[in-house]
Order: sequence, then structure tokens, then C-alpha cells
Amino acid sequence: MAVETQPITPPRPRARARGVLGSWDLLVLVALALVIVVGSMTIDGVGNPRFYRFVILEAIPIALIALPMTLIVITGEIDLSVASTVGLTCSVLGQLWHAGVTSLPLLIAISLLLGAVLGAVNGIFVTVFGLPSLAVTIGTLALYRGLAYVVLGDRAIADYPVDWTRDMIAPIPGTVIPWFVLVVAVLALLFGVLLHATPVGRALYAIGNNAEASAYSGIAVMRTKFWLFVATGVVAALAGVFWTFRFASARADNANGIELSVVAAVLLGGVSIFGGRGGLLGVVAAVALLGTLRNALQLADVPANALTIVTGTLLIASVVGPNVVRMARGRLRRRPPEERTQP
Amino acid sequence: MTAPTAAVHRVFVVRELGIALALVLLVGVTFAVNTRFLSAQNIKDLLLSSTILAILAVGQAIVIITRNVDLSVGSILGLAAFATGALFQSTPGMPIPVALLIGIALGAACGAVNGGLIAAARVPALVVTLGTLYVFRGLDYTWATGRQINAADMPAGFLKLGTQSVLGIPVLALFAVVVLVGAGVFLRSYRSGRELYAIGSDPDAARLYGVPVGRRVFWAFVTSGALAGLAGVLHAARFGTIDANAGLGQELNVVAAVVVGGVAIFGGSGSVYGAALGAVLLTTIGSALPVLGINPFWQRAAVGVLILAAIGLDRSLAVRMARRLRGGAGRGR
Repeated sequence: MAVETQPITPPRPRARARGVLGSWDLLVLVALALVIVVGSMTIDGVGNPRFYRFVILEAIPIALIALPMTLIVITGEIDLSVASTVGLTCSVLGQLWHAGVTSLPLLIAISLLLGAVLGAVNGIFVTVFGLPSLAVTIGTLALYRGLAYVVLGDRAIADYPVDWTRDMIAPIPGTVIPWFVLVVAVLALLFGVLLHATPVGRALYAIGNNAEASAYSGIAVMRTKFWLFVATGVVAALAGVFWTFRFASARADNANGIELSVVAAVLLGGVSIFGGRGGLLGVVAAVALLGTLRNALQLADVPANALTIVTGTLLIASVVGPNVVRMARGRLRRRPPEERTQP
Repeated sequence: MTAPTAAVHRVFVVRELGIALALVLLVGVTFAVNTRFLSAQNIKDLLLSSTILAILAVGQAIVIITRNVDLSVGSILGLAAFATGALFQSTPGMPIPVALLIGIALGAACGAVNGGLIAAARVPALVVTLGTLYVFRGLDYTWATGRQINAADMPAGFLKLGTQSVLGIPVLALFAVVVLVGAGVFLRSYRSGRELYAIGSDPDAARLYGVPVGRRVFWAFVTSGALAGLAGVLHAARFGTIDANAGLGQELNVVAAVVVGGVAIFGGSGSVYGAALGAVLLTTIGSALPVLGINPFWQRAAVGVLILAAIGLDRSLAVRMARRLRGGAGRGR
């Protein structure tokens, strides 16, 4: 095989256009526009505003969780427990309502607090005990989902006031767009500014590129990572609140398995799984792309389950494509010799 | 053996003994509560339920030892299980060994796709196998189109494979034992097996040393795929009913079993025996809790605690070992 004869070079950063849009972000946005344009021309119903209302409602939980997940992956960590955090929040929320807590603000506050605690548990294991986040969050994935079952068993709590469930998916007056998308937009803006326009954001990239060097240059690596896990927990809990009222149902298996959908969107959005590279715009575009494509193909009578092939292929292409192009370029243009001997 | 290597050796022996001890303790306590827990039938059930997870865990351990991960095993299992059922449906007279071979070959082909992409295009395994998790499952769905294959569609001899015992040991468990011992011997005593550990400890150093990293990693994924294919055929034999959802969501359970079994998630250490013990332990918890009078809804939470405890233990062992190797306070004890 040709692999072993190749020189050892560290992966070079993806060639990026200067400016606000990285070339990858642009590519995902172009793909999104293409799907919308081609879709509305060829598939009946894709141009319909109600189509987008549905796409947005479906994408909101993934979009929410993808925001802090982007920051976590950029620091070189991962959080696979997010879907279980959603499930546990749903269970606790449902159980509290069932037990007679009728104040909506109180229910939401307790849910978010719970999310913060769950995130902090992940954060403590990763930063204080120095354990790998991949393994820790596989553990808490099982633990939180298990606790969700302990709290609620196999029951479903579904008797919420109609106002709550209706208001959660109500459109912005005069449009068909669900108002909750504004919450996502505000959070996206907050996380976007934090990541791309503050020293904290620069620090996240630095940590992802070289945690040790960052620590020596005065970045509080562990504290930063800890708070990222807390933020992820809070946002996942918010997704849990949305999930409960959107479907008017709290069940222990709510949002089962969506952690991999979130990770897929983040990676497709151009974030490197090794950390240090990627941006929030690409991730938001990738969430929109996956959601639109899925629903458009569904309208085109592609069986829903077969759509996973599209998700998977896109994900693989997003990492294989750039690498193959780079290798082909490298073979065409002889690289300088000193690069070949680099360890 | 020099002092440091003896220390290293001891740590790993301790690690596998620890998990075995946890298993014995769990079984012992449950047995004390209800002696029927160790009835011949229940032991058989336990072995049967852990077999498929154990085979997957052996394949996963081989991959994780090389500092990679294979998230597509659940989907490969599903694909192979459905293929087995569909083949029996279309050619009822197919001999059972042929079904096994076809399942393994299909799994190996899927593994070759993973390994090929990872080794040739040099992309991270987590991303590629997350992608093929979706692709293989999608192929499964497309092929099945909502169909379900029932026991009546498969020959009785094949289904007997799932229930039959030899000397009280279920035939399925014997498959797992053969796979386990084969993989264990290979990893321990063969040059290419040892090289997998070298790759996991430090891929760049292994490459400089002359280990064919790409080729080894490729074959690790082919092995993991082939074992997932085998697990798929056994799944079909055991359950008799197959739809496109077989093995859905198994991937993280498998990784959990491997981690509980003491294989470091970043490669370079651990053994397939530990991984298989991890699989048996996770399965046993599931059937022990109801016997102990604990609400079975606690099962997943208990698994979570176990995973966290296992990686915590590994971490503290690693820290102690590092101190010993540096010749710190622990030396000479």
C-alpha cells in the first residue's frame, strides 16, 4: 500500500479564504443554497413556507446543542452525554409538573440548573481528574439516561397546559417562523462573538492546537474547559425544555441518540475533531443543510430511514475530500525537502 | 524482568483481576440473595446474552488499542444480520457454514471501507466510522424497506445454533471463546499484534521505527468489521426475528464494555480478555439488578457509574505506574 511510503508531515491547516467566511463555511452555505433552489424547483412543497417552519422546528434542538458543542470540539474535547442530558431534563421537568410544580419560570429555572450540574459533573471528571472526555461522557451518557429512567420509568407525562405547548411552537406574529428560533439566534450570536471576537475565543483555538503550550502562555485551560462543559449542560437542558413542550411529552427516552447527529453537524460544519480549527457559521450552515436536505428528500418520497446514507456520505466526504485534494496537490507540486523530514 | 517492566506487568494483571473480581463479587452477592441466579439455565442465559457484545468488544478492543475507534459496528451487525436472513429466505437450502462465511465476509468488506478511508485518506477514525455508521444503517434500511424476517424463514438447524448447548455451554458462547483466544494470542505473541500496541502508544514513533502503520490499522478495522459481521449472523440465529434495526445504538455500549475492561481509550494498553470481561460484566449487571430487588430502571445508571469508576481506576493506576517508573517513592516496595 502506498500509505507507508508517504512522508510524515503534520496535517496542514485547511486552506482558508481570508475574511469573515472561511472557504469551508462558504462551501456549506453554497450547498445549502443549492439544495433550497434545486429543491423548490423540482420537489413539490419545498418552496412552501410551512416546509421551512417544519424544518426549523425539527432542527432547533440540534442547532442549540451544536453551538456549545462546536466550542468544546474546538478545544479538542467532546461531549457525548448531551442527548442524555436532554432526556434527564425532560424526565425531571415532567416529574416536577406531575408532582404539582405549576410555575413555568420555576420549572425552566430548575431545568437549566440541573443542566448546569450535569455539565459540571462532566467538567469535573475531565478537568479535575484529568480523564479523557470521550470516555467520561460515554459514561455519563449511560448514567444520565439511566437516571432519566429512574425518575420517570417508562411513563410519559403529557398533561401540560395547552398554552405552554402551543406557545412553545408559536410563530413570530405575521410570519410562519417559530419564535423559538430567535432564542437560537441570540445564543448563536453570543457563542459566535465569544468564539470569534474575544480573547476567550482565541484561547479556545489555542487550547485545541496545543493545550500544554496554552497553559504555559497563561491560559486557564482547565477552568475554560470546565465552564464549556457547564455551558453545554445548560444549553442541552434548554433543548430538553423545548423538546418537552414541543412534543407535549416528557419521556425518559426523549432525544435518544441525537448526540451523534449533533457531532455529525459540527464536523460537517468544518470543525476538526482534533480541535483548533473551525467556526460557528459553518456549523450553523451544516445544521440547516442537513435539516433541509432531510426534509426535502422526504417530500421527494425518499424513504426517511435511507436518508442516513446522505448524512453519512456528506460527513465522510467532508473529511476525505480536502485530504485527497491536498495529497493530489502535494504529489503534483514537489514539496520542499525539509518538509518531508519533519517529525 | 527488570523492576519497571515488572511494575508495568503487575499493573495490567491487577487491572484484569480487578474486573474479574468485580464480576465474581456481583455474581456472589446476587447468588447469596437468590441461589437460582446460578441455576444452569440462568448461567446459560447470561452467557448467551453476553456473547454478541463480547465478540463486538474483542473487535473494538483491537481497534481502540491502535488509538482509533470503530463506531460503525452496530450498523455492520445490523447489515450482516439482515443479509443472513435475506439469504436464507432466497436460498433456503444454504448450508450454515456458508451463511457464517458470507456474514463475516460482508462485515470484513465494511471494515475494509472504514480501514481504507482511514489509512489511505488519513482521516480521523471517529469521523469516518460515524459516517459509515449512518451509511451502513441506511443501506440496511434501503434493503429491508420495512420488511421483517421471521424465524419461519430460516432453517431450523440455523436457529438451533442460537439455543443449542455442548456440555452445558451454549454454542454461541463457544464462538466468542474461539474469537477471544485467537485475538488474545495474536495480540500477545505475534509481531504484528505487538505492533498494534506500538501504534497506539505513539503512532509517529511507530512509523519512524518502521511499523507499517497504515496497513496494520487497515487490518484492525477489517478484523473489527469481520467480527461485527460474525456477531450479526449469531444475532440472527439467536433472535430469529430480524428487521433493519438490529444492533441499533450498540456502538457506544461496545465502547463502554471495552473501556470498563481496562483498554485505554487513547490506545496502547489493555487486552481483549479485559474487554470481553467488561462485556460480560455489563450484561450481568442487567440480569443481577432485578434479582437483587433493585428497580431495573437503575441498570443504565449503574453501567454509567461503572464506566466512570473504571476510567478513574485506570487513571490512578497510570499515575502510580508513572511514579514508579520515574523511580519515585513507590520503588523497591
